[in-house]
Amino acid sequence: MRSRETERLKWRSRRGLLELDILLGRFWAACGEELDEAETQGLARLLAMPDNDLLDLVMGRRECPDPELRPLLQRLKAA
Amino acid sequence: MALPVRKFDAVIVGAGGSGLRAALELAQAGLKVAVLSKVFPTRSHTVAAQGGVGASLGNMGEDNWHWHMYDTVKGSDWLGDQDAIEFMCRMAPEVVIELEHFGMPFDRNENGTIYQRPFGGHSQNFGERPVQRSCCAADRTGHAMLHTLYQRNVLARTQFFVEWMALDLVRDADGAVLGVTALEMESGQVVLFQGKATLFATGGAGRIFSSSTNAFINTGDGVGMAARAGIPLEDMEFWQFHPTGVAGAGVLITEGVRGEGGILLNKGGERFMERYAPTMKDLASRDVVSRAMATEIKEGRGAGEHADHILLKLDHLGPEVIAKRLPGIREIAIKFANVDPVKDPIPVVPTCHYQMGGIPTNVRGEVVVPRGSELAVAVPGFYAAGECGCASIHGANRLGTNSLTDLLVMGKSAGQSMAEHIRAHGAAHRDLPKDAGEASVARLARLDGQAAGEDVSAVREEIQRTMQAHCGVFRFPDLLEQGVAKIRALGERVARTAITDKSQVFNTARIEALELDNLYETARATMVSAEARKETRGAHDREDFHARDDANWLKHTLWYREGDRLAYKPVNLKPLTVDTIEPKARVY
Ligand SMILES: Cc1cc2nc3c(=O)[nH]c(=O)nc-3n(C[C@H](O)[C@H](O)[C@H](O)COP(=O)(O)OP(=O)(O)OC[C@H]3O[C@@H](n4cnc5c(N)ncnc54)[C@H](O)[C@@H]3O)c2cc1C
Repeated sequence: MRSRETERLKWRSRRGLLELDILLGRFWAACGEELDEAETQGLARLLAMPDNDLLDLVMGRRECPDPELRPLLQRLKAA
Repeated sequence: MALPVRKFDAVIVGAGGSGLRAALELAQAGLKVAVLSKVFPTRSHTVAAQGGVGASLGNMGEDNWHWHMYDTVKGSDWLGDQDAIEFMCRMAPEVVIELEHFGMPFDRNENGTIYQRPFGGHSQNFGERPVQRSCCAADRTGHAMLHTLYQRNVLARTQFFVEWMALDLVRDADGAVLGVTALEMESGQVVLFQGKATLFATGGAGRIFSSSTNAFINTGDGVGMAARAGIPLEDMEFWQFHPTGVAGAGVLITEGVRGEGGILLNKGGERFMERYAPTMKDLASRDVVSRAMATEIKEGRGAGEHADHILLKLDHLGPEVIAKRLPGIREIAIKFANVDPVKDPIPVVPTCHYQMGGIPTNVRGEVVVPRGSELAVAVPGFYAAGECGCASIHGANRLGTNSLTDLLVMGKSAGQSMAEHIRAHGAAHRDLPKDAGEASVARLARLDGQAAGEDVSAVREEIQRTMQAHCGVFRFPDLLEQGVAKIRALGERVARTAITDKSQVFNTARIEALELDNLYETARATMVSAEARKETRGAHDREDFHARDDANWLKHTLWYREGDRLAYKPVNLKPLTVDTIEPKARVY
C-alpha cells in the first residue's frame, strides 16, 4: 500500500504547465515509489513552488538556491 | 443517505482567471463566496498564458474597440455573436486598467503606460495594417494575472476549497440550479455546496485529443457536468489547433522555427509543402500547413512506427543559428521529443490548443437554453465563464490574446449578474430536492463496487486517439462517420471503469476515473457536432465541404447528451450599439 503522503504529492504533481505534468509524470514512473522521508519532504517543497519557477529549475535554466534540494532536482532532471 | 450541505450565496467551480475574477466581484459586494478548485488556484491552467491580454488601449499607436471588434468577428469566421463581441471589446480596456490597479505588473512604456505587443490578427482600421494590442507581464502574463486576482480574493475574504473536485450539478424540478456536489480529495468526503447562484469556470478540455498543449487537469469537467444535467453544449466542433506540437507530448514548437528556415518532411523525407503551397511552402498560413500535415498522415505518409507524425528538420541551420535565433528549442526537443535537433528532425503533429465551444451563455454570463419557441431562456441560478463558456465571442476561431480578455470581461460580467440575482433571491436558499446529490453518490458507489472492468488510462488513451485520428485539424467524411460510431461504442467502456485502489484519502485513481466521465462527454459532443456540420468554417475544416456555407450553416450547434440530439440556433449578427459587420470572405 502506497503511503497517502505519496498520493498527495502525486496529485500535487498535476500542474498548470503541461511541461511539468510530463516531467513529473516521468519522475514518478521512474522512481516515485521509493522516495525516502527526506526526499518526500524535498518534493513537497518543490511542488509548493510556482509553476514557472519550478520549470526553470527542472529544465536547468536556473540554479536551485537551496543546496538541499539539488540531489532531488538531479533525479527530476534525469527522469 | 443525505449528504452534508454547506450554504453560500455564490458557488464558483474553478479558480483560473475567469473564476477568480467573478469571485472578486461577488466577494467585494459583501457576498459569501465559495471557490472550488482541483488544484491550488495559481496552478490553474491560466498560468500557461504567455502571449498577453488583448485590449484596444492604443498605447502604441491609434486603436479603438471598433477595430478590435472587427478583428474578433473576422477571426470567428462570422460565427461569433456580435453582441457578445462588442461587449467584450468595449469592456476590454476597462478590465485591463482595473487589473493594473489590482496590482498586475504589466510591462511598461517609458511614459508609464502599459506596453503592448504585436500579435497575429490584430489590425488598425478594419484589417488595414497591424496594431500592437497585447498587454503582457514579460512572458508570465497568466501567472501574474492569477497571483494578482488570488491576492485580491484573499483580501476580500473569498473562501477557497482547494483540492475539491466538483462532481455534478444539482438542479430542482423546475430546472433551477442549486449548487454542486463535490469530493474533498483529502478525506474522500462528498459535500453538497448549495448556492443561490452557481458559476462554472472550469476551463478548457483540450485533453480530449492525444496531442494537446493543455495541462492534464483540462478534462472538461464543467462541460461534462452540464451535459449530464441536461444542458446542451454549443459549437463543440470548434477547436483551435497549432500546427507544430511535439508528437506524443503536445509541447509547442514555435512557428518561428519555420520562419528561420525549418522544413517539414514526410516519412519518405519529401518536403511535401512544395506540393501544397508552391510559393510559400513551409511558411504558408497555419491552416494550410496543418491541413497538409493531416493529409500526409491520413494518406499513410506519416513518419514513425505508427505513421502518425511529421518531421520538422532544422539541422541544416547549424547549431549556432539554432542557439541564437531559436533559444530554448533545442532543450525542448531534447527533453520532450528525445531528439537533438542539431542532428535529427523533431517529430511534430497538429496539436489542440483551445476550445471555442462550451456551455451556452449570454453576455451576462447566464446559461441560456432553448425552450419552446424561445431560443435563449436563462437557467435560473446557473452561470458559466472562461474557456468552458460560450457567449459566443470566439465563434469558429479565437483571435490570439482574446481568451484572457474573455476571462476578465465575462468573469466580471457573470459576477455582477450573480450578485443581482442573489440580492433579488431573498435570504433563504431554495429547497433541495429529496434526491439531491444521489447521482454523484451512485456514480461513486458504482466505481467503488466495480470489481473488474476497464482500465481508466487505457480508455482515456483510446478516446484521445480516436479524436485525434477522426476529428483532428482537418476532417474527412469517412473518418468522421467512423469516429461517431467509435466514440459511441466507447461509452460502454467508460461506464465500466474500475480502480484497484479504493482508499478514500487522496485517491488519484478515483479522481482520474471521475474526470474520464467528463472527458468522454466533451469528446462525444465534439465528434457528433463535427460530423453533422457540412461546411468549413474557422477551425472546423472539412475535406468534402471545403468552403464556408452561410446559406445553410451560419448557425450555432447545440448538442444534447440524451440521444446525441442536435439542434441549431441562429448567430446573433446584431451588435449592441453599432452596425452589423456583414459576413465576407475571411482572408489575411
Ligand atoms: C500554452 C498556452 C498558452 C496560452 N496563451 C494565451 C495567451 O497568451 N493569451 C490568451 O488570451 N490566451 C492564452 N491561452 C488560453 C488561455 O490561457 C485559457 O483559455 C484560459 O487561461 C482559461 O482560463 P479559465 O479561467 O477558463 O480556466 P483555467 O485557468 O483552465 O482554470 C480552470 C479551473 O477550474 C478548476 N476545475 C476544473 N474542473 C474542476 C472540478 N471538477 N472541480 C473543481 N475545480 C475544477 C481548475 O482547478 C482550475 O482552477 C493559452 C493556452 C495555452 C494552453
